[in-house]
Amino acid sequence: MSMLEAATAVRELTLAQAIREALAEEMRRDPRVFILGEDIAEAGHPFKVLSGLVEEFGAKRVLDTPISEAGFTGIAVGAAMTGMRPVIDIMFGDFIGLTMDQMVNQAAKIHYMSGGKWKAPLVMRTTLGATRRSAAQHSQSLHAWFCHIPGLKVVMPSTPYDAKGLLKSAIRDENPVVFFEDKMMYRLKGPVPDEEYTIPLGVADIKREGSDVTIIATSSMVQVALGAATLLEESGISAEVVDPRTLWPLDEKTLIESAKKTSRVIVVDEGYGRYGVTAELASVIQEGAFFDLEAPVKRMGAMHVPIPFSPPLEDVTVPTEQTVADAARALCGAS
Amino acid sequence: MTTAVNPSKPDSRTGADLYLHMYRRMLMIRLFEEQVNDLYTRALMPGLAHLYIGEEAVAVGVCEALRTDDYITSTHRGHGHCLAKGASVDLMFAELLGKEVGYCKGKGGSMHIADPATGNLGANAIVGGSTGIATGAAFSAQRLGTGQVAVCFFGEGALGQGVLYEVMNMAALWKLPVVYVCENNMYNEYTHFSETTAGDILARGPAFGVPSEAVDGQDVRAVYDVAKKLVERARAGDGPSLLLVNTYRYHGHHVGDVSREYYRSKQEEQQWKTERDPIRIMGDWLVSQGLADRAALDKLHGEVKAEIDHGVQFALAAPYPSPDKVDQDVYA
Ligand SMILES: Cc1ncc(C[n+]2csc(CCOP(=O)(O)OP(=O)(O)O)c2C)c(N)n1
Repeated sequence: MSMLEAATAVRELTLAQAIREALAEEMRRDPRVFILGEDIAEAGHPFKVLSGLVEEFGAKRVLDTPISEAGFTGIAVGAAMTGMRPVIDIMFGDFIGLTMDQMVNQAAKIHYMSGGKWKAPLVMRTTLGATRRSAAQHSQSLHAWFCHIPGLKVVMPSTPYDAKGLLKSAIRDENPVVFFEDKMMYRLKGPVPDEEYTIPLGVADIKREGSDVTIIATSSMVQVALGAATLLEESGISAEVVDPRTLWPLDEKTLIESAKKTSRVIVVDEGYGRYGVTAELASVIQEGAFFDLEAPVKRMGAMHVPIPFSPPLEDVTVPTEQTVADAARALCGAS
Repeated sequence: MTTAVNPSKPDSRTGADLYLHMYRRMLMIRLFEEQVNDLYTRALMPGLAHLYIGEEAVAVGVCEALRTDDYITSTHRGHGHCLAKGASVDLMFAELLGKEVGYCKGKGGSMHIADPATGNLGANAIVGGSTGIATGAAFSAQRLGTGQVAVCFFGEGALGQGVLYEVMNMAALWKLPVVYVCENNMYNEYTHFSETTAGDILARGPAFGVPSEAVDGQDVRAVYDVAKKLVERARAGDGPSLLLVNTYRYHGHHVGDVSREYYRSKQEEQQWKTERDPIRIMGDWLVSQGLADRAALDKLHGEVKAEIDHGVQFALAAPYPSPDKVDQDVYA
């Protein structure tokens, strides 16, 4: 969002409110849109993201499901193929394992396998992010799994503004889209204009301009990167923070241009590094900006361990403002 | 360092001894969970806490019918199962607070207590996630000829998971020694089970040829009797069974779930607490049978309370793991 937009948009919403508003607007616009998930009707979702929707749209469009992730994901695929616009809610990103066959072998492939005759326009909303002391089965950031699959799109908003505009585009998209929300960020506030808008999938956003180092950050890590940029400013290092916003489609051009401009790049993503998102992004940078780089691309992500419960253990598994800033200083030869 | 494990040995306990023991175990779970509630609300316990208060007779009645080496799998609401199977209060609290001496070195926390010494294959934070594990343990017991039985505890919410029916089918085909214990506390998270569960729960077992029974989960003696029958059936090689235990959780889905009026009434909660409390029911029965008097029960209460208090102090005083332990235990 430009500075001008930010200045005129006085209204502040939380990320959760922005998501709810996007859903409500799309449900008003298109009667085919409906939501499936656990404890989403009267309860409004355990994170209260969906409160008020059943009151406005009724129990035929906001459906409480049994705890049957594979089943209701499959129903969404079939409904999407036959004229509906399902949005499914997978409470914790850790539960996507249960949905994998439906997403990977069914939703992702039907368009291609049918020679373009069927399509599955559905949205799966789910969460990522650690540090909630929720242990190994409620803390993972597994978005890379979906990025690996042709036929799926993957969206990773980092602000209320982006979340709203991207979710509206995801719902209107003709393909299966997986939309990851950082559960630690639901209460994050940010400007969201009153007027309707959408943000196209596949357009990165420069969250902060800088000249010495580029920090490419996704979802939960964008705020961390911005915090790190502030710390770096104190050390006289000017950091640019680039948010791809969607991992597929990927706006390679904006990432490469920033890399060429600063010549030093850190990629930060809360998923696992090995065979993960940071590996892909680092590869995009080195292929596109190799001769402009002063240093190898630095990758930062979750430590390669199941997320532990105990706070002093969990805290060292994810990048922080401090560790990102330290890495940037080292990259700039200033440590 | 650890308090003595008091393994369940049904064969060695009979009559009054057994009943008093079951009463004590239920009380221990109740007081343990009250402390968890307290620690959590005082911000001394990180993460999530799903309390078992109200459901004590289920875990105790079932586990009392098991040998120490019999297996259990547990759930996100698992403290009661672990304690009933013989877990140490000290090490449980230590794990809940993320301390190094805890059952899982602080790596698991409330939803993942595991303890091979008491046959506890692990609590599980994925609904239905342990149904395969329990059935696989029963497979091992059968193949290795150990005579062990596996009990799979799960909430009625797990009836929504397809894997349950896949493993139940195989358990029936292969006559595996597993008892599926469905704890129906009437609510998934914030949704009444009738809104998510079609038809008759008890009819699901017989569809696979798995004998199924229902029991009043507030009556520990009734739970024990039927569990004993089903466990012995499994041990004798006659295959799996399904036990539907009707019960109620007094507190919220987790400690943070305090405003519950939108999904259940205060009156309903009050009614269960005053009329259907498993500990009161058992206490009254013990007194009415002359197996204990009020003074004896009070004394027991004091003893259990002291054990719980000791556990809390032990856990609070215990050190956290050092951060360099974080990448240990990833691989065997
Ligand atoms: C596969 C999966 N889906 C959703 C959840 C989130 N969740 C945790 S507990 C719960 C409700 C479980 O209800 P039930 O099995 O009846 O157990 P109870 O909490 O009532 O003891 C849900 C939906 C989960 N942990 N795992």
